[in-house]
Amino acid sequence: MWAHYLPRLVLYVAIGSVLVGLDVGLPRLLNAYLVQILVFVACNIVLATSLNLINGIAGQFSIGHAGFMAIGAYATAWLSTTHGQRLLAPYEGQRLEPLLIVAYLVVLMFLGGLAAALGGLLIGLPSLRLRGDYLAIATLGFGEIIRVLLLNLEPVGGATGLRGIPQYSSLFLVLVAAVVTVAALHNLGNSVHGRSLLAIREDETAAEALGIDCAHYKTSAFVIGAFFAGVAGCLYAHYTQFIHPRSFDFMKSIELVLIVVLGGGNLRSVILAAVAITLLPEGLRLVKGALHLPFDPRMAIYSALLIAAMLVRRERVLQAVLPGRKGGGLRE
Amino acid sequence: MDSVSDPALLTLESCTVSFGGLIAVDELSLQVRPGELVSLIGPNGAGKTTVFNAITGVYPLARGDIRLEGTPLGGLPPHRVARLGVARTFQNIRLFRGLTVLDNLRAAMHHGSDYDLLRAALRSRRWAATEARLQAKARELLGLFELEGRAEEPAGSLPYGEQRRLEIVRALATGPRLLLLDEPAAGMNPAETQRLMDLIRSLIERFSLTILLIEHDMRLVMGVSDRVVVLNHGREIAAGTPQQIAGDPAVIEAYLGEPTH
Repeated sequence: MWAHYLPRLVLYVAIGSVLVGLDVGLPRLLNAYLVQILVFVACNIVLATSLNLINGIAGQFSIGHAGFMAIGAYATAWLSTTHGQRLLAPYEGQRLEPLLIVAYLVVLMFLGGLAAALGGLLIGLPSLRLRGDYLAIATLGFGEIIRVLLLNLEPVGGATGLRGIPQYSSLFLVLVAAVVTVAALHNLGNSVHGRSLLAIREDETAAEALGIDCAHYKTSAFVIGAFFAGVAGCLYAHYTQFIHPRSFDFMKSIELVLIVVLGGGNLRSVILAAVAITLLPEGLRLVKGALHLPFDPRMAIYSALLIAAMLVRRERVLQAVLPGRKGGGLRE
Repeated sequence: MDSVSDPALLTLESCTVSFGGLIAVDELSLQVRPGELVSLIGPNGAGKTTVFNAITGVYPLARGDIRLEGTPLGGLPPHRVARLGVARTFQNIRLFRGLTVLDNLRAAMHHGSDYDLLRAALRSRRWAATEARLQAKARELLGLFELEGRAEEPAGSLPYGEQRRLEIVRALATGPRLLLLDEPAAGMNPAETQRLMDLIRSLIERFSLTILLIEHDMRLVMGVSDRVVVLNHGREIAAGTPQQIAGDPAVIEAYLGEPTH
């Protein structure tokens, strides 16, 4: 028993200590703005690796991932503003409070994940009948429906957004969530489940002929991917304390697709791409001041760099878009 | 016929498959006994592959009945038919080209797993034990077919003949009782075909298989088959031992056309 789990336990304790160190040390070294960027980096890692399960491993081209994030964010933010805060109010200032907040947030992450997973089930079902471009458009539509619905839903703020969400999340918790997500998705990829998804990506007819229930696995990819996106939404909302339907629009979904495509389906590259794509627009803010330019060239440089990245990584990009090239899924 | 005393592994009873107005398979009846190797031959477009697609649940039957050891297969989706013990290869090779040779086999062995999603995500001990078992079984199969040296290579990078062989191994990895081979010798040279012939014969013994074979290479068909069924325009025009078929005027006519004088 111990021989099987001990090495990993040691690894996780080590990772945990590093994260605690970061959590204690970083806010002292960095200002709130930089800490927030790191939170966004970790959120995007969760979002991109979960989208990678749907797009990269199962090969189901989805461009509505922000919709799942929105469901998780709004469902949990609404719960916290209406019930959660009141529930925790009696313990304010007490020694137990930080622990209770963490416990509450863990439960909330699950609820947010489950709500998003339900959305994943909803969109997973049409995916059984749709392929390629058609599926992409259906998922795009799903994301937009969620956004427009939230825009008109007064109990969660409608067009003014939902404010006053308690800041229960922290850099530490978001980093832990990112590590857990990556570990779970990595392990999943190296299992019967992951190999069945890869088989479906490669050739659905052949997979079915080998006894793989394609409908079941494709739906499950959407459900699992959506679950983690919902968790990310929950953490995001409870860090920024304010959410708006605009935060989960089409551009957010596209950003995530971009990360997955740039990462080429390989988990490690997807994580690197998530870090790069999140940091890049922020880093480019410095360009204007450094060069004393009269205009802000940030987005122009960002776009140019993306084009350059796609050209350099063409092999990987092709591999993600056209199945059946060398290397697959989680192979390093 | 009572299904309990039914000696046949596979029974087709007046099966008809039609696409709109086109009747691809017409009232076909066929019995394959356990351990038998039956070949389906016939000119292009005779409906041979359609028979495979009907058995494996890809195409629905317009009429008729297909049974595997008495279990009706009609209306079952392909993955359910596969789980009942029917494996197949494809005329145009359909490997998971981007996956390694080993993963092609392991993808076919998914039914042999006994762990759930949570155990997989946590890499439980059961996950580790099952994965080790699947890996060992996959490597053993690759060894039997002289593909062990290719285990870590992407399947799409294999030479043509090895791809054909890998597809057969992958089908065997599902642990089938009935194996459907769709033109396994297509594109092979005579030496390769000879090796394939020996391989196919040995499969029946080693895996206690029953094989239904579609093939154009007559040397192969005549060499390995216990019985041959000849189709033309979706209908059976002859059936019998290879010797009987070789001399059948209806078969010669189907292949070469009516004699003009």
